[in-house]
Amino acid sequence: MRRRNFLVAAGAAFVAGCNRVADSKPAARLLDAAESWHKSAQRFLNPPDALVREYSRADISPFFRGNGTTEPGGAYPAMQSNGFADWRLEVRGLVDNPLSLTLENIRRLPQRTQITRHDCVEGWSAIGEWAGPQLSILLEAAGLQDDARFIVFRCFDNLSGSDYYESVDLVDAFHPQTIVAHMLNGEPLPVRNGAPLRMRIERQLGYKHAKYLTGIEAVSSLDDIGAGGGGYWEDRSGYQWYAGI
Amino acid sequence: MKRHALSTRLWHWTNLVCVVVMFMSGLTISNAHPRLYWGEWGFAPGQAWLMVPRFPDWMTVPGYYSLAVARDWHILMAWPFALALLFIWIAMLANGHFFRDILTRRTEWAPHNIAKDVKAHLRLDFDHGSGKYNFLQKLTYAIVFGILLPGMVFTGISISPGMEPSFGWVVDLFGGRQSARSFHFIFAFSILGFLILHVTLVMLAGPFKLLRGMITGRQSDEA
Repeated sequence: MRRRNFLVAAGAAFVAGCNRVADSKPAARLLDAAESWHKSAQRFLNPPDALVREYSRADISPFFRGNGTTEPGGAYPAMQSNGFADWRLEVRGLVDNPLSLTLENIRRLPQRTQITRHDCVEGWSAIGEWAGPQLSILLEAAGLQDDARFIVFRCFDNLSGSDYYESVDLVDAFHPQTIVAHMLNGEPLPVRNGAPLRMRIERQLGYKHAKYLTGIEAVSSLDDIGAGGGGYWEDRSGYQWYAGI
Repeated sequence: MKRHALSTRLWHWTNLVCVVVMFMSGLTISNAHPRLYWGEWGFAPGQAWLMVPRFPDWMTVPGYYSLAVARDWHILMAWPFALALLFIWIAMLANGHFFRDILTRRTEWAPHNIAKDVKAHLRLDFDHGSGKYNFLQKLTYAIVFGILLPGMVFTGISISPGMEPSFGWVVDLFGGRQSARSFHFIFAFSILGFLILHVTLVMLAGPFKLLRGMITGRQSDEA
């Protein structure tokens, strides 16, 4: 019993120490730096256009779990019952030709179909077949301006009072497997997986793959968006903006 | 001659800090999804081969549930952990520590030698003559250095989606991403098992002498 008490006390003291260190300014900077070193190392070891594995149909998991918002509220149910006929995807921000696209417009673009593995930050994985146009096609059609550095994804869903959003830099935005998906396993996206449109950012964790997509915005800085973290979970809980690890 | 080279001592304590922080923050990450699967995918209880218990706050870094903060610690300490491991491997190969003290000889695998070693351990007799380590010690250190520690790095790479394009073959080596995640846990708890065994044996064999050896490097009279 005494040994256990000692262990508990030692564990608690260690944890308290870690908490104090983590809360200090230099440590916060160090933790951010470690994240960016991983990004640099991953980018160095994996060429910009290198693809993640694509699986065969036999590998598809029997169900594709949904996390975060799985049933948006507000005007969503009405739009859903209307077959998302009124859904618009806007491409805006630092672009020469802002676009407003219907689902029909998106279906008519050249499509990419890919069977990939989805890795959630929590640890689970599922495999599904996604289809939709590459994000690069939309960005090229809109004409990205020179000062654009990040692409922000605006979403319909509101979680605990804040609108969901995410962002990536241009390396991931122009990656060949970064697509605006409207199909999962040959069917229109299920609601829990982000109907009618969601992002696939295949080299990063699930929270980057924004669901219920309404806007694609080119920006020069993430500072003035949300709380400046570059995404809903980044702002709310301090998740890493670069989620390749 | 010193009992432990400076490189060994520096690595030993750096690695201890890294392993402790990574293990404790790893327990928080486990709490986020406490199930383990085999193969590429897995997300539901029915697919799991192990339901991991929830680890209480006093065991975890941070001392409350925050997946984001735990990942910050895990991601930070991965750097000194992996780089120090690379450093000690280069140092061990360069200074002969690996070939001299850790690599086993064919004769040591003789059943009577292994039996003798096991009996000596059971009698808590840690006097192993002129050699630095006996057979069981060599074997244990070889497993730790050759499999468990690098295994943590490679399974960690395998569960990182950003590494998938160039390191898909490592994922395959472990049998898929969820298998790699399972091995990440198995190796981590094997390292914990080693740590417990290691500390226990140090306690039994003369903690002050051995601790002094690992801090100052000074040779004690009985090797």
